[in-house]
Amino acid sequence: MATLKDIQLKIVGVKKTKQITKAMNMVAASKLRSAQQKMEDFRPYAAKFGEVLGSLAERAGSGGNPLLVEREEVKTVDIIVMSSDRGLCGSFNNNLIVEANNFAQEKSAEGKQVRFIAAGKKGRDFARKKGLTINREHIGVVGGRFGFNIASTIGAAVINDFLSEATDEVYVVSSEFISVARQVATIKRLIPIPAMEPEEKEEAESPATGEYLPEHICEPSAAELMEELLPRNVSIQIYSALLETSASEHAARMMAMDNATTACNDMITSLTLVYNKARQAAVTAELMDIVGGAEALK
Amino acid sequence: MAEKQLLLEIVTPEKNVVKDEVLMVVAPGAHGEFCILPTHTPFLTTLKVGAIRYKDKGGAERYVFVNGGFSEALPDKVTILAESAERRRDVDVERARAAMKRAEERLAELQRDAARREEINHTRARAALERAMARLRVAERG
Repeated sequence: MATLKDIQLKIVGVKKTKQITKAMNMVAASKLRSAQQKMEDFRPYAAKFGEVLGSLAERAGSGGNPLLVEREEVKTVDIIVMSSDRGLCGSFNNNLIVEANNFAQEKSAEGKQVRFIAAGKKGRDFARKKGLTINREHIGVVGGRFGFNIASTIGAAVINDFLSEATDEVYVVSSEFISVARQVATIKRLIPIPAMEPEEKEEAESPATGEYLPEHICEPSAAELMEELLPRNVSIQIYSALLETSASEHAARMMAMDNATTACNDMITSLTLVYNKARQAAVTAELMDIVGGAEALK
Repeated sequence: MAEKQLLLEIVTPEKNVVKDEVLMVVAPGAHGEFCILPTHTPFLTTLKVGAIRYKDKGGAERYVFVNGGFSEALPDKVTILAESAERRRDVDVERARAAMKRAEERLAELQRDAARREEINHTRARAALERAMARLRVAERG
């Protein structure tokens, strides 16, 4: 049996761990709040953008914009894998990596070349370890402070690759923030831009806004406007994925640290019990000694 | 109120920069500057880097820097979606000055050294210069 001192040391250690996990929990909670705020702030922009793009798409049609056209022969697939830079967030990164890896294997099995664009350290490290091709990496984005310009940079780079035929399809693996307790790794096609369903959207919106007038005068032409807006749409998708992944990371870490704190509490309780038992045993043993000694003197 | 009003909204991905009742908006369109008054016909255009000028309810002129984007005008509402936008008081003059200086140096360098004149660097430096100058113009006006 462990001595009293050993048990006491262990309790102290667990208590210290608990302090750390509790602090991390609180930090994650406050970061989660600001990440959610950022998502909230982005919503009006995204909503308005979708509205305008939808009404434009209805009139201009797909118009042969290269970003909308699917390539017949797909040779190279780029996957933007979002993950966190730091660990201690439960199965968050694992979920994302498994999703990306399964998808990559599926595509390689079809004979396509797969390249990773890693947004986040954990995803990159995984790809490195597996010896997968890493096209580009963006570290220090997810979970930190980042602006729209990062999404623009990533977006411009993938569009460039696509237009110069260095890649034929681009996907994003990101975490969808459903609630604080639930984040799901999802995969979405970024380029070619999936066909939009403007009619559905239009119908859903016009009764609500009532007087929405879709017939704008466009300057330059609707097709030219589309050309301007579509690349921006790609950046918006990336930005929104980054925001959601960041919020998910903090939520996942918060949950993980909450669980860890609870586990620490349980451990402290059971260790304290063991400690008390051991102490009692020691006291009893001592008493027996004294009684035995007194008995012998008689 | 006798005069008709417009609701001006300038939105960026990070925040809502302006939401105000205005009398008039002047914006730098891709095909030249344009002015929007209440009951304008629906109008959609892309914007260049530059200054948006608007007259608020009190008749005071206000300036906002926009870094490209596009604008949608409806009879009672103007929405401007920009990648970034700053009100005049939020423009960081020091930073803009420094950026302008950097861009100018860079352009001069590229001018001297024709061999290293990469197209991308050149356009990038020009865009940076344009942005910095537009910011300063916004900051110095009014």
